[in-house]
This record gives sequence, structure tokens and C-alpha cells, in this order.
Amino acid sequence: MSLKHADNLRGKAAIAGIGATEFSKESGRSELRLAVEAVGAALDDAGIAPSEVDGLVSFTMDTNPEIAVAAAAGIGDLTFFSRIHYGGGAACATVAQAAMAVATGVADVVVCYRAFNERSGRRFGSGVLQRDPTVEGVGLGWNMPHGLLTPASWVAMFAQRYLHVYGATTEAFGHVAVADRKHAANNPKAYFHGKPITLEDHQNSRWIVEPMRLLDCCQETDGAQAIVVVSAERAKDLKQKPAIINAAAQGAGRLQDQMTSFYRDEMTGLAEMGVVAKQLWQTSGLTPDDIQTAVLYDHFTPFVLMQLEEFGFCGRGEAPAFVANGGLELGGKLPTNTHGGQLGEAYLHGMNGIAEGVRQIRGSSVNQVENVHNVLVTAGTGVPTSGLVLGVE
Amino acid sequence: MTDPISQDKAAFLAVVKKYEGMHDVSGVLALDPVNGPMIRHWAEAMGDTNPVYTDPEAAARTHFGEVVAPAAMLQVWIMRGMQGGAPANSATGELYKHFTDNGFGSVVATNCEQEYVRPLRLGELVQYDQLIETVSEEKTTGLGTGHFITTLTNIYVDGESGRELVGTHRFRILRYTPHKKKAKAAPPAERPLRPRKVVNKDNQAFWDGVAAGKLLFQKCLDCATPRFPFAPGCNKCASLEWDPVESTGKGVVYSHVTMHYPKFPAFDMPYAVGLIELEEGVRMLGNVLGVAHDRVRIGMPVELEFVTHDAELTVPAFRAVGEN
Repeated sequence: MSLKHADNLRGKAAIAGIGATEFSKESGRSELRLAVEAVGAALDDAGIAPSEVDGLVSFTMDTNPEIAVAAAAGIGDLTFFSRIHYGGGAACATVAQAAMAVATGVADVVVCYRAFNERSGRRFGSGVLQRDPTVEGVGLGWNMPHGLLTPASWVAMFAQRYLHVYGATTEAFGHVAVADRKHAANNPKAYFHGKPITLEDHQNSRWIVEPMRLLDCCQETDGAQAIVVVSAERAKDLKQKPAIINAAAQGAGRLQDQMTSFYRDEMTGLAEMGVVAKQLWQTSGLTPDDIQTAVLYDHFTPFVLMQLEEFGFCGRGEAPAFVANGGLELGGKLPTNTHGGQLGEAYLHGMNGIAEGVRQIRGSSVNQVENVHNVLVTAGTGVPTSGLVLGVE
Repeated sequence: MTDPISQDKAAFLAVVKKYEGMHDVSGVLALDPVNGPMIRHWAEAMGDTNPVYTDPEAAARTHFGEVVAPAAMLQVWIMRGMQGGAPANSATGELYKHFTDNGFGSVVATNCEQEYVRPLRLGELVQYDQLIETVSEEKTTGLGTGHFITTLTNIYVDGESGRELVGTHRFRILRYTPHKKKAKAAPPAERPLRPRKVVNKDNQAFWDGVAAGKLLFQKCLDCATPRFPFAPGCNKCASLEWDPVESTGKGVVYSHVTMHYPKFPAFDMPYAVGLIELEEGVRMLGNVLGVAHDRVRIGMPVELEFVTHDAELTVPAFRAVGEN
């Protein structure tokens, strides 16, 4: 992975299995138990025995150490384990690092996982009220005494600037929410199955942090998702049609902060996602026109607009027009978040989006796009992040 | 293992569930036919000036062809007046007695859903049937613990070929035991302090500046680039040499938000937080003062004002210039 040249990872590894628990508001069991269930389900899906797993990857925010998951999931010796920082920005990076491990022979079967009781346990949206004087604590400390306390508030600061610079209205955010919820309405696993919304519903929903409303914010979810990565060669002989990893990248931008990159030249884009985009196009050899469907990280709707621009699906400031008239819906310009996204299906820190990317490659999505060859998947926005291009070959 | 409380609850639920589907009343005639005076009073009270409800000439020009009653008046025609209510010997009367006898003495209406099949016209006398549709399992809400009861009223008029359904009215109430009040009203909660500033060796100088009434940013001694937030080195030239520089505190709103939810008791909700671009070219956060939260605008000129919230916390804030 490099900005200067294409890397050597293209086509070397594949996602061979996906597995998740149910997505709920109160799982009734431990986060470790959820992790173990999802890992087991993903291995079943791949047709690989736990004894073959030699690598595990998760998030630094995950509370389940690799060794504890291994112990309870029938997994033995591990030769590769890694946990990635920066919240939801880690999602695609778990797969990127797993791909590097299998491509280099450091491990043969790597399972990526994320498990939490984010609704019934620690809720990320409840506000940051105290931090120790670490570097990250000091970073948050610039916001806290003024009452800028929640992820929604940090994103809203960018959203306000974006609307101002491009003369857009909050309806642009609404179109993202409507697309997500339309797709979720058709997905039995989605929390909002059968519950589409209209643009009017979006505009009538209450303010959370102006200019963002309730329906601009993702859900809070209890659940777990796991993803099995093996070499592309091995994947050919397994149970499922492989989702080939044609590019995988991490990215942090200049003067990067965690959700509060307020001090850069511009606040109308996501420089870190630009770093990811450049690498993904470079290594995959693809352009936006080659992507049939995307999973764009959607903890909050405004950052979906900026991702469309960072990846070049449209020009700067053109995302509001791109998403209008069903641009992100099935049959639209770029069917996006066909599982319902984190607004509609579940908030699994982006890992459920990777699973949807795999289903689109397999042809098994509940909202299947026709003739899918390449799927773009992104991870958490506003933080150092990551992305994947998955392909049928 | 079954505890006695849950056994009692199960037994009670079995009793009240038996009422599901029971008819309460059938074919009850309305007290008044659909009539102009009641429509006029209702429309006036609601502020609904649509002439199709009151003006025969205007109504004649619509596809209704004549005056019709507002659809939302449906329940008005079946109300039994101030002394009405469920008679004690009806199914709902009996059901409600079960609830009051078992400690669910409080009641609150929670939902009303209506379907309008066709408009009602002047002179029509409606009649209705009512049944108990559902009795929920025990639920706990913000008010207390109890059961939701949904009644369904089907409203008809006599037509040439028998009764004609004109609308339905679903009404849901919660029969509940209120949450126990604390023995003594809690004293008004002392307002929690604002979240603390976070200070370490890298940003100590900034907060020392605030204590001295100065708003400081950093300036690189090698390339002169101003910077904020405080960091030990320069992103432009990697120099570790810097000086603190005092800002004039004058700037404009670069972006802003208004915090509505969740409610933070240390703050007066809703409140505005601004990202201020100072004239020296660095940005800083602060509450925007002197202007309502919904009047803050990007580009609005502001100037520094230190605000002391408690003995340990003084922070920079920014007052809108030229606002009254």
C-alpha cells in the first residue's frame, strides 16, 4: 500500500466466509460470546475448521482479545494477530492486514471480527465527559469544555461548513438516509426491515446536533460480524464463491485528527479517504465507472456525500445532485449500502458493510445489483480509515 | 424455578387476555346525526377553513358535490357526552375492574388510529360496534408498569343493502401502576460542572495563557507558520522551536453547530459551539455568545471573551460583534 505506486496485493487474497450474530438492541450475552459466535458462523460459511485458523484481527476498540476469542472458538496456535486503531476506521483495515498476512505466507486463515454491545452496554453517542491527559485525551480536551461532546457534534461541524460552501440544503443528507432505509426495508436482518422513510420524514425528524437530525445518525447495535480471509488460490477450492481482494488500503491525511480535523485548510472533504481512494484506484487499476455498487461508511449521512467526491464518483460539491432522485438507490447511479447501511441494517463499526460487499460479489444480496464485477467498501469516516475493492476475479 | 411473582403475573395475564376479541357493544346509535352546527364549531376550533365542510355552494363545486363532515371528526359522532363512559356491566367495564383491582389504577390514552372509508354527509346517523382488540403483556414505560388495551370501534351507517362501514377507530390506553415516587422529593440536582480541560506538557502553555487572560497560539520559529492546536513540532518544517503568540481574539465564525441531544446537564440546551477562524489564521473552538443559537452564521464577526464557569475552569468564548 503506497501513494507512490501500485502495491503487490491485487488479487492475492480473498474473503471466503462471512458470519454474524443477529443485530439487536440487547443481545443478552457477553461481547466475547458474540465474537465467538460470529467467528464460528464465518468459518462455517467458508467451510473451514477452527483448527485451521492461525490469524485473528480486530479493532483496538474491541474488548475481546484475540487469545480469548481463540480459546473459546476452538482455535489453536496463532502466528498473526493485530488490532487496528481509530474506531470504525479499522473495519476494512482488518481485511487489508489479513490479506497482507496471507499474501506473504505469515498466516493461512485469518479471521477478522468486531463484537460489541454498543446499545445495551457502552453507547458511543452518550458523550465524552472526561479524559486523562494522554495525547488523545488532550485532543478531545480542546472540545470538551465547550460542550462539543458527541460524534454527531464533531461531524455536524463539517456538515455545516459543507452546506455553506456548496450552497446545499440538509435534503442532501436526507437522500442518503432514504436510500439506506429503502434498502433496509427489504432486508430481514435489518433492524429497520419493513420501515422505509420518506424525505419528509427525514426533514421532520428532530435535531440531534444542528444541522444533523435523528435520521442522519446511525443506529446503536448489539452484535458481531466476522470475515474469513485466505489466499485467492485457496479460496477457489472452498464452499463459497470467493470475493477477491483487488485492492486494500489504509489512509490518514495531513494534520489528521480523530473526528475533529477542524484545523486543516478545508473542512469540505475527507483527506484521509482521499488517501485511501488514490491507493485503491491505483492498485486495482479501476476507475469509478468500474464500480457497480458501493458500501460507504454511514455513521452519519453528511460524510457519505464527501466520500462520493473523494472517490471521484462526482466532482467537489456535486454529491447533493448525485444523491438526489434515487442516485444511491437500486437502479440509481451508484446503488449504495444495499444492506441498509448502518442507518438501516445495523451499526457494526463497518464490518457488516464488508459482508454486504461479499454478498454482492456472490450474487446473494437481498438487494442484488445486476452484473456486479467490482464492489467498493469503505470504513469509518473522520478518522484514519481504510477501504477495499472486492471483485469476482 | 418459577417465582411467585411471575406466577401471579401469568395468572393475571391469562384472565385479561380472555377479553381479547370480546364485543363490548353492537349497533349503538349516535346521539346526534351528522349536522352543520357541530361541524362548524369543530372546524372553527381546529382552524380548518375548508369551505367543503360549511358552504353548500362551494361544496357543490367539489367532487363531493355537497357538504361533508371533516374526516377527523369521526370520533365526535360516537361520543357519549360528559356522563358517558363504559358501563360497568360491559366487557370493557369488567376488564377495567380487573386492572383497578390488581393495582393498575392509573390510565393514560396513548394512541388513536383511524381509517376513513368514505366521507359522512349531513343527516346521516352513524351507529357503531366496539370490541376489545388486544390486551398486551406487562410493559414498563416512563410512566409506570401496566398493560396496553386496544379497542376497535367500527362505525357504520344504514345503507340500502345493510350496514355500510364508514370508518374505524382504534384507541389504545395504558392501565398502569405509576413508578413509586421517591419518599422525599429530591433536592434540585446540583448542576454538574462542565467537562474539564485536559492539560499535559504539550498544551500547558495554552492554559497558562488563559489563566493570564491571554489567548495563545504557536508560531514556528523556523518557518513562521502559525499553528493550533498546540503540538510540539511544526507540520510544515518539522522544527521543534516555537514561540507562544497572543491572538487579538478577533475572528469570524468558520463553522458552527447547535447541540440539542443528548441533554448535558452542565449546559443550557440547546447551545451553539463555534469554530472560529482568528485573524492570525488559526482556528479555535468556543461557545458563541451574544446571539441566539439559531442566529449564528458562518462569516459572522466575533471577538474573544473569557468565561469563568467555576473555580477551576475558565475558557475562551466568542461574542458576536454588532448583535443586540
